[in-house]
Amino acid sequence: MLKKIFIILSVIMFLRPAFAAIQKNSIQIKGSDTMVNLGQAWAEKYMEKNAGDFVAITGGGSGTGFSSLISNTCDIAMSSRNIKEKEIALAKQKGINPDEIKVALDGLAVVVNPANPVNRLTTDQLAGIFTGKIINWKDVGGQEKKIVILSREVNSGTHVYFKEHVLRRNDPNSKEEFSPAALLLSSSQAIADEVAGNPAAVGYYGMGYISSGQKAIAVAKDEKSGYVAPTIENVISGKYPISRPLFLYTNGRGEGLVKKFIDFCLSEEGQAIVLKTDFVPISR
Amino acid sequence: MRKIKEFIIEKLILLCGIASIFFVVLIFLFLLKEGLAVFKTVSPFHFLCGKNWYPISEPAQLGILPLILGSLLVTFGAAIISVPIGVACAVYIAEIAPVKIKEALKSGIELLAAIPSVVLGFIGMVTLVPWVKNVFNLPTGLTALSGSIMLAFMAMPTIVSIAEDALYSIPKTYKEGALALGATQWQAIWRVMLPAASSGILAAVMLGIGRVIGETMAVMMITGNAAVIPQSILAPVRTLTATIAAEMGEAVVGSEHYFALFAIGIVLFIISFAINVTADLALHRRQE
Repeated sequence: MLKKIFIILSVIMFLRPAFAAIQKNSIQIKGSDTMVNLGQAWAEKYMEKNAGDFVAITGGGSGTGFSSLISNTCDIAMSSRNIKEKEIALAKQKGINPDEIKVALDGLAVVVNPANPVNRLTTDQLAGIFTGKIINWKDVGGQEKKIVILSREVNSGTHVYFKEHVLRRNDPNSKEEFSPAALLLSSSQAIADEVAGNPAAVGYYGMGYISSGQKAIAVAKDEKSGYVAPTIENVISGKYPISRPLFLYTNGRGEGLVKKFIDFCLSEEGQAIVLKTDFVPISR
Repeated sequence: MRKIKEFIIEKLILLCGIASIFFVVLIFLFLLKEGLAVFKTVSPFHFLCGKNWYPISEPAQLGILPLILGSLLVTFGAAIISVPIGVACAVYIAEIAPVKIKEALKSGIELLAAIPSVVLGFIGMVTLVPWVKNVFNLPTGLTALSGSIMLAFMAMPTIVSIAEDALYSIPKTYKEGALALGATQWQAIWRVMLPAASSGILAAVMLGIGRVIGETMAVMMITGNAAVIPQSILAPVRTLTATIAAEMGEAVVGSEHYFALFAIGIVLFIISFAINVTADLALHRRQE
């Protein structure tokens, strides 16, 4: 008898979280790996201020965010790229209305190992390196060393952005691709680690990931326009050539907790957190 | 009363057996249903022999030859490392080791099987990868070789325990006969025990390889994931499993990319099915 009661009790204990989820005081946020740290910082501050509300953040890449928004397994999708036509069509089919909210800016830093003598590159040279046309560092003013290209996985918004804006120069008809020899790493942190340990590697990621183990390259649109380092001022002023907006996507105009959270992200306090996590606040 | 009970239990067990077969068939049918749709946009030949894997480009290029070769290379490397060590270990445990060491070794190897592959992958990433890079003076340590070494660890428990079982099940009289004829311990093992257990050992090897080819997490972390046809074992590769794992998040349900990932699943299924059938045949031969 005692045993039975124990089993019933443990089943109830097990089911409790499932019941809790029905009362909507928690939201799920998924998507861009670039934005995970930012989202986490927002969520922590938000939960501190609104006890009882619960915000869960998961990464996985912008594509993951969109596919879970479409399949209704998250409330907000974080994304470092705009939603694609195809994805909108698919969402509409499932009765979901993606709504775009710009929440921050991000400079995309190209990083190398601090031991690498190369300090600056033009976007042409960058395109050459990442498509595999330039294979040795000596061709861009470095040492005689084979270049190891690091890239994010194809479900990463950063990967797509870099391909469209650097490799293809915003030209929708361009057929440029990442070199097949590029190593696809599963997170920005993995790229940071590999660059820190490998003097021949070159990678790219959101400015927030730069640390003392990596050196950010100054980038120029072309040789005449001058080289610009990825700093917050240069991204806000638009001088740094590879920067992009970061978005949150909701199903329709969000309501309840979703709206409250997004309002918080856009508030002065929320934007201060953006700056603190090394991203760039949106100017208003 | 007792008979009824027995009857019910028997039928329940039968039901479980049928259910597992039923599930395998369902999984395969689901794979076929989702995966074959990709051949509306790309021919089977281009899918299997295409050299470019750019699934999200417009138009998508869906050639999995580099992935197949990457998987085979990593698996082959792992087999070369794990088979001799694994079989030697099994021989030692079954024939030579004193009882105490035997028990310690057996539980140690079982423990090896219990380590989650993501942990092995992580350990590999911080220790093995830099080591491979320095020893071979490579531009990067994320290579097929690193993957092979790590996977060899994972195949080992399977190979050792099944090969040991095979050796154990050889009648004692074989060895005693050999020893009585004046053979040394080594001669008895090499000339009598190993050939007698050969089909069981072959099955152990095949099952070990089956484990390796399906492994995902560790290879994804340490092989570099470059979808290029591998020129050597010291180059980065991308395997079939890592491709599915890395890209399934992005693939929008119903898109070309999604179908392609399922088609990769079919290829993997066929490969492991072939390996399992071979292992089964080998085991069967032993029993006859």
